[in-house]
Amino acid sequence: MTPSDRDATGLLTRRDQYVQLITPTGERRHDPEYDPWVADVDADALARLYRDMAIVRRLDAEATALQRQGELGLWPPLAGQEAAQIGSARALRDDDFVFSSYREHAVAWCRGVGPAELLTVWRGSAASGWNPFEYAMAVPQIIIGAQALHATGYAMGLTWEESDAAAISYFGDGATSEGDVNEAFVFASSFDAPVVFFCQNNQWAISEPVDLQSKQHLARRADGFGMPGIRVDGNDVLAVLAATRIALDRARRGKGPTLIEAVTYRMGPHTTADDPKRYRTDDELADWRTRDPLARVLGLLGAMGTDADALEAEVAEESRAAAAELRAAVTTIPDPEPMSVFDHVYAEPNTHLARQRDHYARYLAMFEEADAAAASGAEGGAR
Amino acid sequence: MTTLTLGKALNEAMRRALAGDEKVVLMGEDIGTLGGVFRVTDGLKAEFGPNRVVDTPLSEAGIVGTAVGLAYRGFRPVVEIQFDGFIYPAFDQLIAQVAKLHYRSRGNVRMPLTIRVPFGGGIGAAEHHSESPEAYFAHTAGLRVVACSNPADAYVMLQQAIASDDPVLFFEPKRRYHVKGEVDLDASLADAKPMGLATFIAKGDDVTLVTYGGLVQTARDAAIAAAEDGISIEVIDLRSLAPIDYESVAASVRRTGRLVVAHEAGQQGGLGGELIAGITERCFEYLEAAPVRVTGHDIPYPPAKLERHHLPDLDRILDGVDRVLGRPNSLSGVEAGAR
Repeated sequence: MTPSDRDATGLLTRRDQYVQLITPTGERRHDPEYDPWVADVDADALARLYRDMAIVRRLDAEATALQRQGELGLWPPLAGQEAAQIGSARALRDDDFVFSSYREHAVAWCRGVGPAELLTVWRGSAASGWNPFEYAMAVPQIIIGAQALHATGYAMGLTWEESDAAAISYFGDGATSEGDVNEAFVFASSFDAPVVFFCQNNQWAISEPVDLQSKQHLARRADGFGMPGIRVDGNDVLAVLAATRIALDRARRGKGPTLIEAVTYRMGPHTTADDPKRYRTDDELADWRTRDPLARVLGLLGAMGTDADALEAEVAEESRAAAAELRAAVTTIPDPEPMSVFDHVYAEPNTHLARQRDHYARYLAMFEEADAAAASGAEGGAR
Repeated sequence: MTTLTLGKALNEAMRRALAGDEKVVLMGEDIGTLGGVFRVTDGLKAEFGPNRVVDTPLSEAGIVGTAVGLAYRGFRPVVEIQFDGFIYPAFDQLIAQVAKLHYRSRGNVRMPLTIRVPFGGGIGAAEHHSESPEAYFAHTAGLRVVACSNPADAYVMLQQAIASDDPVLFFEPKRRYHVKGEVDLDASLADAKPMGLATFIAKGDDVTLVTYGGLVQTARDAAIAAAEDGISIEVIDLRSLAPIDYESVAASVRRTGRLVVAHEAGQQGGLGGELIAGITERCFEYLEAAPVRVTGHDIPYPPAKLERHHLPDLDRILDGVDRVLGRPNSLSGVEAGAR
């Protein structure tokens, strides 16, 4: 029995209950409500979205390989979620602020985060890899759903400053069961905060299927909080782009938050430490493989007159170069200095920590002195 | 100098902070239109508007979590948790986010939040309204924890907490809200004593008695009572619970040789043990007797009619003083002599 057919109402099995502009086989499905929001996306623009998705897929695979080779401690792969992340991130302005979870590598890539910056935290070299204010994107959040409140508070601040920027919070289907996410919905709705709640429903929270989190489509949760909920094919980059643009437009016009449920699938493990074979079937994976986010775009581009084979080859070459750059970058990440363990705990001087730091510095210095003594002893022995 | 209650002194501190920095915002349940259940924020919404003094939904995690987002945006949120026992829903945001974001972001994101918490018992309240949860926060790296005990300190320390670029848990002794004292409303913050330093409340030579928050007045009364018996107690208001001003306490203990720590919170894993350990490390050779803790019992906060059997009061503090002095006329002094 698969998780979806366990649901007696059948709601969760009706996959067609979402906005879709490109079918899995690459046909353009017209939608009078959503089409105007992507009217500017011509073949060139669509090719750029394809390029984004192909490169991040390759980078993600490379990072997984780097973990297997011991260069990274852990990696949470995004494979399968390329359209959801690229379509939403490409809808953002530079001055919108992203509060993500830990799997939004494609979003980070769109924001301009560099390869070494992306890998730093997963290598364990530092607590984070980039300055959030440089890319208007917070560093990865591991506590499930906590960032939904941060995005909401940030958005409340935007309202008070009369800014027309917005905040977007990324989280997964599992996070919708967290109090923080529901409390964020309440605050955002009550204060008309310009925030987009972008839920990537990738069907699995580690081993738990989405119907353990919700007996109805997650987008329908929005109703109860007094905000619109959009259910979109998360493997359709065009539909995701349209939905996110609609939500951002609402936010900028002071209409408050929107919940987007992007229906997608985590093709890989939860992280490199996970073994999905223990909880899901090959058939399920094969089924989702037929709904691949990239293949459908190539199909549509071909129908639009683009030389899809040439594009695919060109982007594959570019992806290989990006992967090589990522691989090269990982070894450039400096190992942290031992005493940096005390850095940035506080913004202001702290007497207690200063004392502890001083004690540890003197402790470490004993080893250096011992090493120096041993070295001079060895020299003496050689004479 | 102006005579103000502790609650009003806090109110004036927030008024001054709101007027002085447009990024300061107050957030909490019932703090706006009502002025707070203790009226500590009375009149501030009318004066500064609903975007500066924000009545929030009933969601402590929501209040603290949105304050984190506001801090990202450059705001300086001052959050009120309505009662000590209501802070736990916000625990994750405080421990996993507020405390760690500066570290996690390698110093790029500052969390200049002030979390105001009315704390402690002695007001005959219902369950969850009389707790002393300060040790949880003192245990957490990245947070500063302070407690005020009188109107003058309340006025200055709250402004210092708001001005701090680190997150501050600001504990307010709710049973002292209505007690009056002299406050210099025009005092310069630059000249004020840093909130990280302890204050000597009474000078003495025989015993160092350290406490904070609602028990400071009790300790002062105990010192007066003990003086009638010829015992000279030095009373220290710790004020900062993280970090602890060990140097001030150690300076006193080096003179008296005896240390009593009192707090309403339970003993196990509490600040009394931490303080005693820190002092023992610093001046073991000066100690004439094992330091003594006078604390709440390690029980859930009891019903109102039992709280006098839980809270340290003047007599229990004096009993602790007797024990540290090894005085045989004290019941527990016999125990002290026996060990």
